Amino acid sequence: MQDFVRLFHALDATTKTNEKLTALRRYFANAEAADAAWATYFLCGGKLKRMISGKLLRQWAAEQADVPLWLLEESYHAVGDLAETISLLVIGGADEAPQSLSEWVEHRLLPLAGMEESLAREGLRDIWWHTRIDARFVLMKLITGAFRVGVSKRLVTRALAAEFRIAPEVMAHRLMGQWQPTAEFFKSLKRAEQDGPLPSKPYPFCLAHAWPASDPLESLGNCEEFAAEWKWDGIRCQLIRRDGQVFIWSRGEELMEGRWPEIEQAAAELPDGTVLDGELLAARSDGRILSFAELQRRIGRKRVGKKLMQDVPVILLAFDLLEQAGTDIRALPWTARRQQLELLLSKLPDSAIRINGLIEAKSWQEWVAIRESSRSMHAEGLMLKRRDACYEVGRPRGTWWKWKVDPYTVDAVLIYAQKGHGRRANLFTDYTFAVWNDDQLVPFAKAYSGLSDVEIQQVDRFVRSHTNETFGPVRSVTPKLVMELAFEGIQRSSRHKSGIATRFPRIVRWRQDKQPEDANSLEDLQALLPPEAPA
Amino acid sequence: MVDNLLQLTPRGLYCELGGFYVDPYEPVERAIVTHAHSDHARPGCRKYLAALPSQHLLRLRLTEEAEFTFVDYGQSLDVGGVKVSFHPAGHILGSAQVRLEYRGRVEVVSGDYKLESDLTCKAWEPVVCHRLISECTFGLPVFRWPDSAVIAGEINQWWRAAAEEGKCCLLYGYAVGKSQRLLSLLDVSIGPIYTHGAVEKACQAYRVSGVSLPDTEYVGAVERRDTWAGALVLAVPSAHGTSWTRRFGNCTTAMASGWMMIRGTRRRRSMDRGFVISDHVDWPSLLRAITASRAESIWLMHGYTVAVARYLRELGKDALALGQRTFDGSEDAEYLT
Repeated sequence: MQDFVRLFHALDATTKTNEKLTALRRYFANAEAADAAWATYFLCGGKLKRMISGKLLRQWAAEQADVPLWLLEESYHAVGDLAETISLLVIGGADEAPQSLSEWVEHRLLPLAGMEESLAREGLRDIWWHTRIDARFVLMKLITGAFRVGVSKRLVTRALAAEFRIAPEVMAHRLMGQWQPTAEFFKSLKRAEQDGPLPSKPYPFCLAHAWPASDPLESLGNCEEFAAEWKWDGIRCQLIRRDGQVFIWSRGEELMEGRWPEIEQAAAELPDGTVLDGELLAARSDGRILSFAELQRRIGRKRVGKKLMQDVPVILLAFDLLEQAGTDIRALPWTARRQQLELLLSKLPDSAIRINGLIEAKSWQEWVAIRESSRSMHAEGLMLKRRDACYEVGRPRGTWWKWKVDPYTVDAVLIYAQKGHGRRANLFTDYTFAVWNDDQLVPFAKAYSGLSDVEIQQVDRFVRSHTNETFGPVRSVTPKLVMELAFEGIQRSSRHKSGIATRFPRIVRWRQDKQPEDANSLEDLQALLPPEAPA
Repeated sequence: MVDNLLQLTPRGLYCELGGFYVDPYEPVERAIVTHAHSDHARPGCRKYLAALPSQHLLRLRLTEEAEFTFVDYGQSLDVGGVKVSFHPAGHILGSAQVRLEYRGRVEVVSGDYKLESDLTCKAWEPVVCHRLISECTFGLPVFRWPDSAVIAGEINQWWRAAAEEGKCCLLYGYAVGKSQRLLSLLDVSIGPIYTHGAVEKACQAYRVSGVSLPDTEYVGAVERRDTWAGALVLAVPSAHGTSWTRRFGNCTTAMASGWMMIRGTRRRRSMDRGFVISDHVDWPSLLRAITASRAESIWLMHGYTVAVARYLRELGKDALALGQRTFDGSEDAEYLT
């Protein structure tokens, strides 16, 4: 356990990729396979099933520390992290924990889930009593499911690949999908020989960089070297047809079983040994794409009723072919893969799996004009792909570009502030913004990001010295600061006081040159709403 | 007996009977100053009264023409009929709790204080009173300082390891008080110690006051140096990331502050290390100090005043969080400076 705790704190203490890589390699080189498996699992974002509700955790911690519950909450607002608050608050031990990570997880943490409440409480108090702050914090992070330490799955993959001398793309493939963190699994990561087939195993997704809107496209070179497609606002997924079975993976490497019956049905028509990359979207039977808000009605539903399937039918717009007749064809250029994809899908007419059409153009200018119409198509913009590029692992530079339409922007007034979490603990960084409705300021969006560290400090000081009222952790402040907010979409909403909801609101810049009177009005926002759909 | 010797006014704590303010926010006629930090010792007053050991530090901060009176700890002075005395607060050199007495009524202003040992200033002493006006910068139960000897060990270990790797150590802390306390904890056998200008000035004031500190050299006075490897530089946090630090070449950075207890503030600083070392009371010592004062009424200033007051009231004590201005405007004083 202690070496994992040391690894955590070493990763936490640095922002340098090379130092993180060294720390990871040192850990993997020395750790027992059973422990390294769990470490890999947690570092890649794996979580334990929730064992104890946050409410009980708070209650028991307050009891153990002999402080009232409200004081724990007060501390939580200052610390900005529940696991950290609890580990600082409770009275603990001073010694290193002797058991290994896998013993901790398998014998102390996981059993908490099935326990009777009084036993779980004892189990937890026992953990607190016998751990030092450094280990206690890591354990509490695992228990609350908020374990994050500034390493990506990609970096863990790189460290494992380097340490065990395996090609990074092979390691990435071995770490895909759902696996059990066992000693056997970890040993299998190290093996030198070729991987045997595993029907459900997905390929790592190829991701695109954003093309900066202000840069001229000409700097990409000749437009004939690129192909363009709509960039849809749906769910990116990989569809696998192998061994007579169908698997649909999300970008978050979640296996979405039974959630999209119409796609699974259509996929059964595909030949065995086929892997597609595409975007899952809600669409009318005539092919018209529906907004993300419509698709959202089906997201999160594990079981889909007939009514919902009728109301919100989904399709898969495939844009790449990764495996054909059981052969990995990712190394072929895009043009060749596209040709095969077109041929394959032409055999499936009227299917829920369709091909994402190409947008032909003779010049960059044509695409510039087409991109402007993205919103009316429910698309986010265009994707630009190099015709000669293979399907790469991760987020390579220069082969795939997402070229989104410019977001909407409005000037709004900051009216509420709340302290942030994590790195922004104890700083007022979570803001609510309002626009004018006659002479009233109506809140319409919350935004957390977009300011520089220096600006955050300035706003923080402003909030502290201009607080009018406090409601628990929320401060209402004198409406003085004007910020320019950007957002991707706007919808009607009955849940919000303003009657509108924005998608991905964030701060573009602090308009120090503007007075609150200069901010936009609710009317301005309503003018951006899409026309009301016919009932 | 008189009820209140002190009241909070927009210009700070005011004693009407004696006609003076304690740590006023703005220039006033007569100010009593608990210690030499800038949020307590403000320039522009006509008369200052403070504890004798703080005189060199105060004169460093308040250079203007004003009338200064210094009295030693424990000595008392009559100010407008109010008996005023100073008692060690253990915060920095010369820091004092101010005790006011009038016709049997005693009130104490804690100023900033800590109960932990500090070789560079006189240790805090409990002062019995009817009302204690206490700071609570770190008044939440998550703040419990680790043993400073353990932290000193960590700092020296960090320095030693950096020296072996041929790096220079930049240790950031408040110029007055924190830097000198750090200096007293450093293992001088590891390497030479250099100072930022503001730190050096405060060190001189400490030495003139009779506090013995390890030798330091002002960075600005170094004519030419090929390498800073193995050296430790004490600097103010505002120097972090500025061009001033470029001269040190390959270096590792650390911040020493009570705020380093919180992972978020530690990470936000973007320094390599954060050492938890504070000159304020933590939660247990705050409660201990309140008990030791035997005060029947406690007023809270600076920091988590509302939370501490509520907690004390629930324990059956008479407690009050003082005004909005101090609601938590000074909460961040330590890490913003």
